Amino acid sequence: MEATADKSATPPAGGDLAGAPRARPGSGDGGMLGGLRKVKRFTFVDVVLWLLRIGVAFVVIGGAIGTLIKGRYEASQWVDFVVFGLTIGGVYALLALGYTMVYGILRQINFAHGDTMMAGAFSAYFAANYFKRNGMLESDAVIAMVVTVLVAMIVCTLVALTVERICYRPFRHVRSLAPLICAIGASFFIQHTFRAMYGSTVRSFPDTSWLNGDVSLLGGSMPVTQVLVIGSAAAAMLVLYLVVHKTRMGKAMRAVSEDRDAAAMMGIDINRVIVFTFTLGASMAGIGGILYMLVYKQVYFFMGFLPGIKAFTAAVLGGIGNIPGAMFGGIFLGLVESVGPALFLDGLGVPAPYQLKDAIAFTVLIMVLVFRPEGLLGERRAKRA
Amino acid sequence: MSFEIVSSGFQHRQRTGTPLSQALKTGIVFGVLSLYLALVGVYLTFDKSWVVVNVLSMGRTLLFVVPLLAGVQFARLNRSQSRAVQLGGTLLVGLIVGGFTACLLPVILFGNLRVMFVALSSPLAKMLALGLTPVLGAAVLVAGSAAAALFGALLTVMSPTVRRPITVGLAALAVVALLQEVLQLILRGGGAAFSFITRGLFQYGGLTVRGAIIVFVAAALVSIVVARLRAPFKARFAELPPGAARFLRQAGIVILLAAIIFFPLIGGSFVAQVFLLVGLYALMGMGLNVEVGLAGLLDLGFVAYFAIGAYTIALLTADSPHALASMSFWAALPIAVLVSVAFGFLFGIPVLGIRGDYLAVATLGIGEIVRVLVLSDVAQPLLGGAQGILNIPSPAIGSFELATPTSLYFLTVCCLALATYFAFRVQDSRLGRTWMAMRDDEDVAQALGINLVKTKLLAYSIGAAFAGVAGAIFAVMLKSIFPHSFQLLISINILALIIVGGLGSLGGVIVGALVLIGLPELLREFGEYRFLLYGAVIVAMMRLKPEGLWPARIRRRETADA
Amino acid sequence: MPDALLRTVNMTKRFGGLVAIDSLDLDVLPGTIHSVIGPNGAGKTTVFNCIMAFLAPDKGEIWFDGERIDGLTPDRVAASGISRTYQNLRLFRNVSAIENILVGMHLHLRTSWWSAVLSTRANREEEREAHREAERLLHFVGLRGRGDVLARNLSYGDQRRLEIARALATRARLIMLDEPAAGMNPRESRELMVFIRNLRDERGLTVLLIEHHMQLVMNISDRITVLDHGQKIAEGLPDEVKNDPVVVEAYLGTRKRHPAEHA
Ligand SMILES: Nc1ncnc2c1ncn2[C@@H]1O[C@H](COP(=O)(O)OP(=O)(O)OP(=O)(O)O)[C@@H](O)[C@H]1O
Ligand SMILES: [Mg+2]
Repeated sequence: MEATADKSATPPAGGDLAGAPRARPGSGDGGMLGGLRKVKRFTFVDVVLWLLRIGVAFVVIGGAIGTLIKGRYEASQWVDFVVFGLTIGGVYALLALGYTMVYGILRQINFAHGDTMMAGAFSAYFAANYFKRNGMLESDAVIAMVVTVLVAMIVCTLVALTVERICYRPFRHVRSLAPLICAIGASFFIQHTFRAMYGSTVRSFPDTSWLNGDVSLLGGSMPVTQVLVIGSAAAAMLVLYLVVHKTRMGKAMRAVSEDRDAAAMMGIDINRVIVFTFTLGASMAGIGGILYMLVYKQVYFFMGFLPGIKAFTAAVLGGIGNIPGAMFGGIFLGLVESVGPALFLDGLGVPAPYQLKDAIAFTVLIMVLVFRPEGLLGERRAKRA
Repeated sequence: MSFEIVSSGFQHRQRTGTPLSQALKTGIVFGVLSLYLALVGVYLTFDKSWVVVNVLSMGRTLLFVVPLLAGVQFARLNRSQSRAVQLGGTLLVGLIVGGFTACLLPVILFGNLRVMFVALSSPLAKMLALGLTPVLGAAVLVAGSAAAALFGALLTVMSPTVRRPITVGLAALAVVALLQEVLQLILRGGGAAFSFITRGLFQYGGLTVRGAIIVFVAAALVSIVVARLRAPFKARFAELPPGAARFLRQAGIVILLAAIIFFPLIGGSFVAQVFLLVGLYALMGMGLNVEVGLAGLLDLGFVAYFAIGAYTIALLTADSPHALASMSFWAALPIAVLVSVAFGFLFGIPVLGIRGDYLAVATLGIGEIVRVLVLSDVAQPLLGGAQGILNIPSPAIGSFELATPTSLYFLTVCCLALATYFAFRVQDSRLGRTWMAMRDDEDVAQALGINLVKTKLLAYSIGAAFAGVAGAIFAVMLKSIFPHSFQLLISINILALIIVGGLGSLGGVIVGALVLIGLPELLREFGEYRFLLYGAVIVAMMRLKPEGLWPARIRRRETADA
Repeated sequence: MPDALLRTVNMTKRFGGLVAIDSLDLDVLPGTIHSVIGPNGAGKTTVFNCIMAFLAPDKGEIWFDGERIDGLTPDRVAASGISRTYQNLRLFRNVSAIENILVGMHLHLRTSWWSAVLSTRANREEEREAHREAERLLHFVGLRGRGDVLARNLSYGDQRRLEIARALATRARLIMLDEPAAGMNPRESRELMVFIRNLRDERGLTVLLIEHHMQLVMNISDRITVLDHGQKIAEGLPDEVKNDPVVVEAYLGTRKRHPAEHA
């Protein structure tokens, strides 16, 4: 009943409606016309957007079919891709948490988040090297790594709180692009500080015996690093989830992200909540930085940029402001990025598809921003400033 | 929903606290700054160049400039305090700053942080100890810092008539010292009269003692004379009929502009090269200013249009296997612009519905996709991959080749003038108003009948057109292009320069390019630190002077209103 | 009885579970001042938002001057001859007063941007004429000589006036005012009353008015629609509405929840 009423464009001519709209068309015809008009007008913008959708769908479907027909990859390779996707996805998820939590509270992108991670990775690198030199990295690996992680978390927190202090706090009551631009500047500043201090050479995490080798798991075998990374990321996210849901500060944080004014009226100290949020996000970035360094074996001043943007993509994918969503988004993006080149591009005959891994991630970013800014999961539309 | 580009309602918090707490705070902030400069290696790098040859290095000067600034800051905050408090506080500030810096000495000599902080080397220790023994050096450093802070505070509280000549003299000294290389270069080219000046002031590597004194005294004298003449001159100027006054002012601007434009002619090819870069960046700045400053669309993928302009020229004119044609530059230029515009239009379409900070990230993504694609093997047969495209011929007018930096510089100036005129006209037109309305409140603008699709796409296209021209000239400047020249870095540089100049301000674009592109190119010492500086400058401008060095008309009006 | 200028048929808008407008039939006759009143949260502003296409109604139709306008974009709706003001002032704050009005005149300026670049005669003349008209509008709303002030530096009352002037600048036939008297003192709202009457009588405009100020509404309205919880609970001449027990009840809030909310 409702559906038909919806489609009919003829204004109902009720008894008191003496003056129906002038251009009221003849009955059946008008219904058609009106019904058509209700469907949004198809402009050239829509054409381009549809072409974009179709193009991406073509690459995804056509590429996948092509690859599967060619059958160049064996099952074990696919398993490797998936495992690597989970690994790097876990890292993205950890970083995405920082974006999502800060966005939930401030409705602003923390553009310097990737560089926060970089600072953490650098400090972890130095801490680990210290333990390598005095032998503890081998003899007391657990203690050494715990301290390393703590160092990274603390450095990240310091950096993040400084950024909050300088770029976000002064602009909190002004709706403008200023904090974003400021954070872009801060991001640049942090990067080049590290470049000035350490040059642009790429360093790598010290070699340890326990990081090499494979573990046998569920019949197959996996590199230790990947098991370690996936395990640590999962553990860190679990802890974060508990902190957010079980502690008072966590609850206050969720309240602020629901409605800042109402929370303030309830007597929640917004400043403390913001500091807490940045601290949590930065701690996750610290862990993420170490894990990223373990996966890619490299530390350098620009290392935060790509994972930063990708983690932001992950946060939007999961619905920004949504903590489980960020975890989902991270894993999803990691998988797409790891499986994608082989699955979608190889089938189309693209040479060296792995070079385009980042392009895939950025395409995901643009597709999600254009077509589903509220994320894949959420029906709740993120309220934007 | 409104997005005000820069904060407007933002009030600086009144600083509160006792003089003691302020002294501690100021001291610590500047102390940390000093440590920072040491750690990133600024002190040591600048120790290699001279303010006064063999007497005072820039690094050492900087060592005391930091406490001096701290003293200035403290004195500013405590103008109303008693002399004793001011004196004590300033001393404390200086001692803290000096103490922080001096702390590095034992750290370097006894500690083992070298593995972590490369800069903490024995040359730094030697420099911090001012060539003395460590203990004595530390003492002198701390005492000197206190003295510098005192001097800074003194400058702040003394009467302007005394202060101005001193600050002007010191500033002139700093400028001449920093620019000495270029100045010597220019003066050498100037013939006998100039070589006399050169010999009087400089020796190889910088100013002589005599030169420093002359510069300082001369600048101070000029400042005194100007201060004396200013009031009567102003009065005379005010008496002039308004038409004449305006004429004089405009004539002044034209002369200044002409001086800047033709400066590379006397400066030689190094200066021309620098100015050419400034011009190219200004051209791109004009484009980004249309997008960000006027229309409020924060575009971080702007470098893509620059790249597209450059690649179009390369493909159409280069003598290389990748070339599609071998046109002349002049025939290819309009095509390059059109292609850029087309891409601006095309890339604009998907992001039409994206606002604010999401837009910034989306455009960044587009720019990166372009870069990754150009670098990849997929596009290699077409665009040359990482090896780029070589052998791009210089443009020629008749038989005259525009191959030197100077001639390309004049080509850039012409394009820049056109672009500026274009932007100037559009800014005040119906389209310009539409952009500003959209920038302030997109929804309301739309409800007044503004077609957002058309308006946004025009902004992207026009912005892209300017960047395309810049890219075209860039290609013939380098004579070969590589994907590595088109990194995100460029987009950020351009953003930085239009922020420094003042968002939405045409004059600001030029000033921003001169300050952010020109100065670091001229100052060799800055080389390593220029990107660091850009980051700091963006943050500082947003915090302290969001309207920029040359505020847009509307912002000037705002200060007049207030 | 003349044809309605604006007509909504069975218009419904939901926000999640909340029914902000519930099957609203609204007829605004040309040349009248038609008021929409109702307690806070009744859905009045949402009606404006749906008409202006800021929000897409979930159900129903909107007709303006014989054309169906739901499903259009806001700029097309504006082009069809509707214009509005906002409950919480939404001027272009960083733009001068006169430029605010000039933006409002966008729809009937004709010359293109490249003629501005070339500075053609037609363009210069049009600009001059536009500035003149903008000055006239400023004068009309009592802001003479304030054209160069940035919108955000105007006083609150002046900003309200400027917003009306901007809405008038589109030369719309229907002008929708959302609580124009909010924050005005009694004298100012009396002036506003005269002003709105002028709009109808001298400019021949149709006015759709949301207002909480009862005296003003009762004085100038030709017809009043009362909304509560998104439903039309009464409609008629001011006197009829004033004495309607249902309306009194809604305003006093004696009724608990509206049955429609459970639907
Ligand atoms: N964009 C929105 N998203 C969700 N809920 C909304 C939105 N806009 C309005 N609402 C809700 O719809 C209801 C009607 O709101 P509306 O603003 O139309 O009321 P109103 O009659 O204008 O009230 P007032 O007199 O306070 O202005 C309110 O409960 C409001 O919270
Ligand atoms: Mg309302």
